[in-house]
Amino acid sequence: MSDLQSPASAAGKATDEAPTESTAGANAPSATAKAGRSFLPQSTLPRHLLVLALSAVFAVVLLEVSSPYQNSQIATLSYYAIAAGGLTVLTGMNGQISLGHGALMAAGAYTTALFLDADEPLPLPLILLASVVVATAVGALVGVAAARLHGPYLAGATLALAVGLPGLAIYFHDIFGGEQGMRVRAPQAPDAFESFIETVSGNAASSTKWLAYVGVICLLITYFFLANLVRSRIGRTWRAVRDQEVAAELAGINLGAWRVLAFVVSAAAAGLAGGVLAIVVRLAAPSGFTLVLSLALLTAIVIGGLGSLLGALLGSALLVFLPPFVTNLGADFGLNGTEAAQLAPFVYGVVLIVAMIFAPAGFVGTIRLRRMTAKAKRASAAQAKAAGSNGG
Amino acid sequence: MTAIAAATVASTLAACGGGDDGGGSSSAEGGENEASDTGVTADSIKLGAHYPLTGVAAPGYSEIPTGVKAYFDCLNQEGGVYGRDIEFIFKDDAYNPSQTSQVTNELVLEEEIFAMMSGLGTPTHSAVVDFLNDEGVPDLFVSSGSLMWGDDPETYPMSFGWQTDYESEGKIIGEYIANEFPDAKVGLFLQDDDFGEDGESGIRQYIDDQIVAAERYTPGNTNVGPQIAALKAAGADFVVGFNVPSYTALSQLTALQLGYDPQWFYSNVGSDPNLVGGLLNRFSEGKVTDAALLDGALTTGYLPTVDMTDNPWITEFSRIWDECGGEGELTNYRVYGMSQAYTMTQALQAAGQNPTREGLVEAVEAVGSEWEGPVFAPFRYSEDSHMGTSGMTIERVVGNGSEEVQPVRITDIGDAEIEEFGGEAATPPANAIPDEEAYEG
Repeated sequence: MSDLQSPASAAGKATDEAPTESTAGANAPSATAKAGRSFLPQSTLPRHLLVLALSAVFAVVLLEVSSPYQNSQIATLSYYAIAAGGLTVLTGMNGQISLGHGALMAAGAYTTALFLDADEPLPLPLILLASVVVATAVGALVGVAAARLHGPYLAGATLALAVGLPGLAIYFHDIFGGEQGMRVRAPQAPDAFESFIETVSGNAASSTKWLAYVGVICLLITYFFLANLVRSRIGRTWRAVRDQEVAAELAGINLGAWRVLAFVVSAAAAGLAGGVLAIVVRLAAPSGFTLVLSLALLTAIVIGGLGSLLGALLGSALLVFLPPFVTNLGADFGLNGTEAAQLAPFVYGVVLIVAMIFAPAGFVGTIRLRRMTAKAKRASAAQAKAAGSNGG
Repeated sequence: MTAIAAATVASTLAACGGGDDGGGSSSAEGGENEASDTGVTADSIKLGAHYPLTGVAAPGYSEIPTGVKAYFDCLNQEGGVYGRDIEFIFKDDAYNPSQTSQVTNELVLEEEIFAMMSGLGTPTHSAVVDFLNDEGVPDLFVSSGSLMWGDDPETYPMSFGWQTDYESEGKIIGEYIANEFPDAKVGLFLQDDDFGEDGESGIRQYIDDQIVAAERYTPGNTNVGPQIAALKAAGADFVVGFNVPSYTALSQLTALQLGYDPQWFYSNVGSDPNLVGGLLNRFSEGKVTDAALLDGALTTGYLPTVDMTDNPWITEFSRIWDECGGEGELTNYRVYGMSQAYTMTQALQAAGQNPTREGLVEAVEAVGSEWEGPVFAPFRYSEDSHMGTSGMTIERVVGNGSEEVQPVRITDIGDAEIEEFGGEAATPPANAIPDEEAYEG
């Protein structure tokens, strides 16, 4: 489910034209090409449902065998991954760059915070849905402007959003709590959850565990929707807009409208991510949504492989697990606390540079590129052998 | 406690290599050290904290944990608390609340600390205050003067403030201006959050009619030209700043550009002359090299500072820094960390030989207001208040140091009176290690 596979890709005839390297992660071998080896159903929806079910089982097992602290890391991972998933659809599938996803997350987070602040808060799913709606509305506004812009201009416009939107929370500090933000009372786990955990593993159903489950459920639902969307006619149209504007327009595609749609979908994911962030962090404050957050999301999808949901997940995992790992490693090597803490951003930077040099298409993209190249070589060799006399 | 029990335990503890740990108070429980709660073993107690070690807030603040750690390292060499070593783990949150939440999860769930101490910052710590209280983790001596940690113990029974809160500070400043500068036209330069708001509400209790302008800046926006120009236009000849150190430097440089020269008064947070001097140098690209601009400015104090070389606390802290600290000099931020560690040691001693999280909180509530230490005035800890110290001196910046212009006066939040503090300044015990009795409940 986590693969945004392109049935219309050039897998079978890759020799004619090299695939675009940076978005190789998005251009997976088509399902038909894989069908010979795959045990998964060929039809998109059943296949994604199956992967969803398997992922859900895997997630429950993972959450139950891991420690409470790892549960909390998984909760953190889930909100990064939801936002990165949305961003990778926008950037990898539709070719638009956004430096403003941190601000869209802020829109979702503040919505959740405001709704949970009520005396009788609505049920959590409704609140998260409201966060999605608000972020979608903001995304639609930005998307309309963004549809006219390209490359660095679009980056600049969304950068302004990232810098400006959190400032609103400071300006209207009576509503949004200003610089120190709004504290969020994390919603209590329902009784059904406790009995579920009791039956599954017998672990204590702590609030940390509940938040991790909320995060993972949101993550799975988001990725399921995004994966289906990308495999549909919508996804194909987005890729057409990304790869060849003129050809797409000749084919009757309204470029602007489809770009706005991509931005809106991506914003919806960011909104949900913001909502999850608010309840996991228990705070919505401007200092949580700085430009650093937007850039971190962008680096996550680039390292993972543009356009690939699996890549977005891997990139987010790196964001969450690498800093504490490096800090602890540094401390083990005898660095003091401050030096060890300073090591983490440095190592992250090095990883980013090394990934750019040796795996410019990201983890997932590079592996796919290798597989596609190998397959193309085999195919052309076979072609040459079989039809050499025809000058193939 | 009976004399016989006291004798037996004293010998047991001496055998542990303790010597002067806890002294006579250790007799109270009798028996062996036990792993009495999360983070406590027979020979160690684990404490944790979060600080900005990287990023914009790191200069200055990242030195606090080095002071805390140096103090605990020296304490451990002398036998720790009841023979237990204090293990102090601090993590970087880059002053970003989402990261504070992550590292606090790590400290509480993975490292399994006994208590949080000295977690720094108002926005950052407010992200974790609910979590710490829900999990029942003592949240002692938050490094922030917000009222949130102390004025509502019912909501946050585990959290305690430590430094003077901004409202009390504002009141003491307001009273001083009313007495000494009754004709001054006062302008306020405020950070646009609780820090500035609490300070303003305190100061307005005394000189509301003298205030001619109140200008606010948003942290992160480095242009304070409009605010300073507005203060100048309003005719303010006395400016009180409730701002962080970088904005002390920015306000000084901006005033210099505008040819504006009022009497400055910076609240304690924003007034460290060494840090401000360094920032002035950096912001002005070397055109201003030290804190000479600050000379003559007024500020407040609740702790001895490094320039008071004849203060016995500073002498002891210098010795501790030389023996157990790392590279660099003793700074005011390290003094701050050591002073917090001193109070923490008092709290752990009061919690008894086999401390529990609830016992620690009870002990601070019951006897915390009696503790003496480097802090000038007593803490306000009780069942109804978790506010930290309440008293401040007024000082004038001279060179890289300061001289006292008004002795310690104490007050409380709300409409509590301001009174002169009658007590004597405490002198440090041997090795600057406190000796508090266990609180029996």
